[in-house]
Amino acid sequence: MSGRNDLTLDRRAVVAALLDDPGDLLVVTGLGAATYDAGAAGDRALNFYLWGAMGGTAMIGLGLALAQPARRVLVLTGDGDMLMGMGALATIAAAQAPNLAIAVLDNAAFGETGAQASHTGLGTDLAAVAAACGWAATTTANSMDEVAALRPRLRREALFAVIGISPAEVPRHLPPRDGAYLADRFRRALGVAEA
Amino acid sequence: MTDPTWQAGVFAALKRAGIAQVGYVPDAGHAHLISAAHADPSIRTTVLTTEEEGIALAAGAWLGGQRAVLLMQSSGVGNCINMLSLPVNCRMPFLTLVTMRGEWGEFNPWQVPMGTATPLVLGATGVHVRRAERAEDAAETVGAAAALAFASCVPVAVLFSQRLIGTKVF
Repeated sequence: MSGRNDLTLDRRAVVAALLDDPGDLLVVTGLGAATYDAGAAGDRALNFYLWGAMGGTAMIGLGLALAQPARRVLVLTGDGDMLMGMGALATIAAAQAPNLAIAVLDNAAFGETGAQASHTGLGTDLAAVAAACGWAATTTANSMDEVAALRPRLRREALFAVIGISPAEVPRHLPPRDGAYLADRFRRALGVAEA
Repeated sequence: MTDPTWQAGVFAALKRAGIAQVGYVPDAGHAHLISAAHADPSIRTTVLTTEEEGIALAAGAWLGGQRAVLLMQSSGVGNCINMLSLPVNCRMPFLTLVTMRGEWGEFNPWQVPMGTATPLVLGATGVHVRRAERAEDAAETVGAAAALAFASCVPVAVLFSQRLIGTKVF
């Protein structure tokens, strides 16, 4: 395991706090537990859950944020997905989408596949990576007070946040997984579906 | 540099198709399109670190009600394979224009394997493949590919043959 001592928060409590009273927030979630956490916090049409396409979550958020500059977009994903798509941190910093924020749920492990240690448990500091890529605002949160403070910032700033969560497994909560349904539902709720 | 005349026609076809976002990993064969996209205030142009980012970018654009295109060369197609599950699985349109290497007077042997595999890989992952061999067909091919992609919600790739874009001179 990682040996990190900052991984204590209950992931469901963290995500429930971040997504409390979501309003018209556009949410894209990374495959695996981030998708389950968002579904457990309350399924809604403006959640787009990934069940695959690992490494792509942040870039979906960017395409969405550029298409909808008047709306707020939150990417919610895990350290494994963010590590696989780490180049996106450079791409997004260069693109400068002020309405896009990313929250990484960091348990320093590949939780879906047997909790093998991930690179964030082996020395990689994702917030520092984002800062080095040009993100002006990066932060970490390791207490529920810090998570509570994060919630409004994620809806206001172009913020990259890493939240230390416990690697303990939580009960599966499976939101819808049909991609065509999820995409169509999202577009209809946003009012951009073609007739 | 290649003759930009047909590429101006391709850019006009993308405009007619309502493309609002362009993602790209640069290729000399796309240089005109990339410059034209950056110069167009109605198009948001995003440089990518790797090609699969462009598939996710296009998916996000579609979720937000915009049409996107990914510009890449054939070597980048190999980077895209798993991410192509995104438009296929979500029944989203996806349009990519691919400049071919490794097939016509190629100097660099490192371009040959992926150039040879490009149409096979795209076909195997569920992408409809069209090919533009002649300058006079390029814009029409792109227009038809865009119509197929966005009206029928399928992934479509247009391969610009290396003979069309011109063999790179070292």
